[in-house]
Amino acid sequence: MRGVLYFFAAALVAASAFWAYNVNYAAKAAQERVAALRLELAREREAIGVLRAEWAYLTAPDRLRALADANAGALALAPLSGASFIALDAIPAPPPEAFWARAAPSVFAPAPRGSAAP
Amino acid sequence: MTARDAHRPAMPEPPLAALLSGAARAAPPPPKPGAAQRAAWRLTLVGAAFAFGFAAVAVRMAALTLSEPAEPRVAAGDAEIHVARAEITDRAGRPLAMNLPAASIYAHPAEIDDPARAARMLAETLSGVDEARLRARFERGRGFAWVKRPVSPAEQQAAHDLGLPGVYFGARDVRVYPAGRMAAHVLGGARAGEEGVRGAEIIGLAGVERQADEALRDPARNGAPLRLSIDLPAQAALTEVLEEAKTRFGARGAWATLMDARTGAIAAMVSLPDFDPNRRPDPADPRVAADARLRNRAVEGVYEFGSVFKPFFAALALERGVIGMDTLIDTKEAIVWGRSVFRDHYRMPPQMTVAQIIAKSSNVGTVRMALMAGTPAAQDFLRKLGMMAPTGIDLAEGRLGKPLAPQRWSDLSTITISFGYGLSVSQAHMAAGYAALVNGGLLVTPTLTPGAGPPGEAARVISPRTSAQMRAILRGVVAGGTGRSAEAPGYLVGGKTGTANKLSRTGRGYDETRTLASFAGAFPMSDPRYVLIVTLDEPTDRSGPKPRRTAGATAAPTAGAAIRRLAPILGLRPALPEPDPQPAAALAVAARG
Repeated sequence: MRGVLYFFAAALVAASAFWAYNVNYAAKAAQERVAALRLELAREREAIGVLRAEWAYLTAPDRLRALADANAGALALAPLSGASFIALDAIPAPPPEAFWARAAPSVFAPAPRGSAAP
Repeated sequence: MTARDAHRPAMPEPPLAALLSGAARAAPPPPKPGAAQRAAWRLTLVGAAFAFGFAAVAVRMAALTLSEPAEPRVAAGDAEIHVARAEITDRAGRPLAMNLPAASIYAHPAEIDDPARAARMLAETLSGVDEARLRARFERGRGFAWVKRPVSPAEQQAAHDLGLPGVYFGARDVRVYPAGRMAAHVLGGARAGEEGVRGAEIIGLAGVERQADEALRDPARNGAPLRLSIDLPAQAALTEVLEEAKTRFGARGAWATLMDARTGAIAAMVSLPDFDPNRRPDPADPRVAADARLRNRAVEGVYEFGSVFKPFFAALALERGVIGMDTLIDTKEAIVWGRSVFRDHYRMPPQMTVAQIIAKSSNVGTVRMALMAGTPAAQDFLRKLGMMAPTGIDLAEGRLGKPLAPQRWSDLSTITISFGYGLSVSQAHMAAGYAALVNGGLLVTPTLTPGAGPPGEAARVISPRTSAQMRAILRGVVAGGTGRSAEAPGYLVGGKTGTANKLSRTGRGYDETRTLASFAGAFPMSDPRYVLIVTLDEPTDRSGPKPRRTAGATAAPTAGAAIRRLAPILGLRPALPEPDPQPAAALAVAARG
């Protein structure tokens, strides 16, 4: 009886040792993966930082101004001014013909497809 | 177990008294045969166990002592961002100052086999490296030598490709300002402080970089950028307009402050001549010293601003009730005070209202209003407007902008200060003062921190009623007075021009040919959102038959051009005039075609 008990105790020790060994190595592997991912994250962050700086340089107001001036012929860009704003009323409505063409023959007739008010 | 069980009955525990008495020692129990070997074996076993235990502890200690210390990798947080110094952005998050990873090159001369060759190769590869000095350092053969810092990635690669032994590369961040000259004076600049091969500390030299140095370096920020109230597109537009004005009027300098009238948040601040903070000039350079390009004139410089001071005295007289909007003030006769005579430059009507006095910029009328209010009231009012102390702007140079007030403030001081001579203040002071005049009467503190709300009632300097009257008066200056050329259609500009003669170079009196021309105003006057102060140093308008140096011909058109550019950028919609049928018809034709 006692011998059986010893045998099972020893087996339990061996099994838990094996489990602990496995868990230990799994944890180490996970740690290494975390470290590698951190390094990759740091590299990516650095790369993002460099790209942001690059973008900021490329879109610096002085540079954009110079580019707009150099391509004034093609782009015809002008600085925004108060005259760039216009009241809604000042925008003309479409000419009446646009409505006539699509008007339903009778107010009681079903509207033809695609004739939703412009 | 079995052994102990066997001999326990034979060896009864002796009573304590017997154990301590000599009798017990004198008569030990007789040992059993074989017990000696058993005890020896047991001692050996226990000794071995202890030895094994101590050996394990010793091995572990040795291992810990010899191994490299490592940070606990898993315990560290995931959001760990390593930046030496936080970024600075404008109010919309556009970067104004950031860090770029770069490298430094250093050498251990002891490991270099051929110092002459190494020095020559490095000097050929890297720009700005002195071969002779490097060679001398290498030939000394000891210690440590910097080769170049910082270097660009391309230079680092080129140096690496030389394959020289004893040459090493270190990491290092460099501070870059992607927008170049934009807001250079606000940002200031930085330089490398303590340096090691693993990195260099960056220290703020001026402006925000210096003001917020500790906050920017604080690791607890965890990389959060520092946001300023500056609006980069507005800053760029204002810089461009001022640059053009400076060239056109041949001015020695041009500076401007654009500030939120309600909160004091500075949207743009330009001081020309300026510099590129990426290559901050050396203050010892004589060319730099000559044009003082490192100086933030809008904050550091205190000047006698001339007639732009007059509205403060109009507000004072209105606030104290000594005049009303309709009160006619005598402007016919010159004012004689002791040996001084004060008169107007141009013929003025014999009597004018306060609005006309400000619109035509009458010295006599303003002096009369100042005298009606009295010296103690004037002094008290200017103190409340913050004209006697630094503005408290959160810039390192802020405390340098200390107003120069007369030592003894006599009635004569009040007279001259009423038209802007005798009290020198900075442009930031003017911006705060004008904001109080137009925003309903609350004094704001100019600041570069966004998100601050308007000040409370404790900051009240004039009543809302007086402020409304001042808005009407200042609008009148631009609508039909000396500031007509500051008009920006649709934006209801209001403000005041001021042409101050500069102190003569001899130090006695004023020089008529050297002026400081300013325009101080706000827009739109229906509900002022922004205050703009523009100052030109020694401008001359040579477009007409006679050169003109007045602010109406120089600073006012500059301010007008600036507002026409700035207002749409700042998201202000113009007050639209009645739709004109003519262009609408033209558009209709275009739409049909």
